[in-house]
Amino acid sequence: MKNILKTSNLNIGYKSKKGVTTIAKDLNLNLGSGKLITLIGANGIGKSTLLRTITGIQKPLSGNVYLNEKEVSHYKPLELAQNLSLVLTEKLPPSNLSVFELVALGRQPYTNWVDSLSKEDVEKVHEAMKLAQIEHLASKKHFEISDGQLQKVLIARALAQDTPLIILDEPTTHLDLLHKVSLFKLLKKLTQETEKCILFSTHDIDLAIQLSDEMIIMTPESIVQDQPCNLISNGSFNNLFKDEHIIFDAEKGKFIVN
Amino acid sequence: MANKKRNTILFVILALGLLLMFFASISLGSVMIPVKDVLTSLTGGHATKSTWEYIIINYRLPKAITAVLVGSGLSISGLLMQTLFRNPLAGPYVLGLSSGASLGVAFVILGAGFLPSFLSVIALSSYGIVLASTAGSTLVLLLVLIVSQRLRDTMAILIVGLMFGSFTTAIVSVLTYFSTAEQLQKFTFWSMGSLGNLSWPTIGILTTCVGIGLLLSAKSIKPLNALLLGENYAKSMGLNFKQARLIIIFATSILSGAITAFAGPIAFIGLAVPHIAKLTFQTSNHTVLFWSTLFFGSIIMLFCDIVSQMPGFEVTLPINAITSIIGAPVVIWLLVRKRNFQ
Repeated sequence: MKNILKTSNLNIGYKSKKGVTTIAKDLNLNLGSGKLITLIGANGIGKSTLLRTITGIQKPLSGNVYLNEKEVSHYKPLELAQNLSLVLTEKLPPSNLSVFELVALGRQPYTNWVDSLSKEDVEKVHEAMKLAQIEHLASKKHFEISDGQLQKVLIARALAQDTPLIILDEPTTHLDLLHKVSLFKLLKKLTQETEKCILFSTHDIDLAIQLSDEMIIMTPESIVQDQPCNLISNGSFNNLFKDEHIIFDAEKGKFIVN
Repeated sequence: MANKKRNTILFVILALGLLLMFFASISLGSVMIPVKDVLTSLTGGHATKSTWEYIIINYRLPKAITAVLVGSGLSISGLLMQTLFRNPLAGPYVLGLSSGASLGVAFVILGAGFLPSFLSVIALSSYGIVLASTAGSTLVLLLVLIVSQRLRDTMAILIVGLMFGSFTTAIVSVLTYFSTAEQLQKFTFWSMGSLGNLSWPTIGILTTCVGIGLLLSAKSIKPLNALLLGENYAKSMGLNFKQARLIIIFATSILSGAITAFAGPIAFIGLAVPHIAKLTFQTSNHTVLFWSTLFFGSIIMLFCDIVSQMPGFEVTLPINAITSIIGAPVVIWLLVRKRNFQ
């Protein structure tokens, strides 16, 4: 396994006029190739801040983020785009893009100044659509397909960007169980088949425990990264929600409402 | 791919349409000139009557060229704004850029009296008017940009554009209060919009400005494609967003500023034409949209020009009235089918 992203003594948070708000301290995370890693934590705990920091959008308070052994902030925008691709939660602006055109936008870091697709680009786009199982949608407009299909299309776009690391922000929100499971399985399959590292934040903890290789759990006290079974046995899930009504059942590996 | 073939056919039709319209615009007018004489005048020969030759070379040809520059420039600036603002109803007229340019021109035409005479000569020259007008449109565009960062709502941004419109009208009416009848007449004629009356040197200036604007727009094709997914995705695909936005803003301002300076505030072309291009080609790819908007803009502007001075009629209608009659229904239609805004 190759290490793709590494943080060392990372402190994340915000600087404002009123002072410094630290969200998490001394983070030492390791994201390796071929791994499906989920990021979980309660609402407002700072998952987005963590993702923003490791993707270079936001500066760390202190410490370093290394992507392929090079500090993330030292990357030029184009170079970063060739190493890291994103799937975001935001709604797409209105446009006439077809699924094929949308996926093909993932090739932008490689196309010339008029954005024309080379033969290789077209091949990569088809390969990405095949991996994400959306080939049959290619000629549909992106506003004609369902939410679940659109998520897969966005994932295909990230695949077409051809980066060793893909980060997704809550890709399973708004989906029903069937589509959640199908998305999780797709991501799992992608890490196995492509040796990419995929990190995503989610609130579907049950599914994450069953399907991810590693999990990062964020609580106000600490952030831990480990395999799901180890996290269960060392009791990391017990502190996830500060509520006496929600209890983690270690035997079943799921949360139970008391 | 089937799409590519279809696009090629469409582009051939558009190119032929443009040639035809260009020729029609030169051939038609209040004075009837036989086609044969039009052709000989254009190719440098001598027409049957020397007045015909004069009309063609010094009146109709410059006007047709102006129509092409104005139509293509305004339409492209509309296309850029619609993608940049993620707003299908954006355009230089609707967002108040034309009003901003008007304000700049109003300051120059109506306010030149306050300047020392040598300065007023400079200000009233073509260069002075272009500068004032471009400055005005840039200013409004920057204001709209600031507002649009706070308001993501399509309608709110349009209302802001409308407010800029009334604001400039108010300032202009204050200025008119202090100006002479002659200045007022000059400004009123300018504000009705006109494609004629441009001398060859002025057309040179307009061509340069529109040329710069179009080159910068062509350079923005790739960033515009990236922006179809929104600012954050665009950044994640390696786009230098701030730089790209600056180029797009500058291109838009110089296009609408220079065109408004010479042809007056022309309504709706910038808004309606990109939609016609999008609907015809069924794509959001800006390489295709750039060229199709260019062609459609020129063709439609030439058409409006022909309509504005119907052969056989003595009078010339203001071009602004014609573009509004064609453009306003397009906007209403877009609003009505808002559910699937594209």
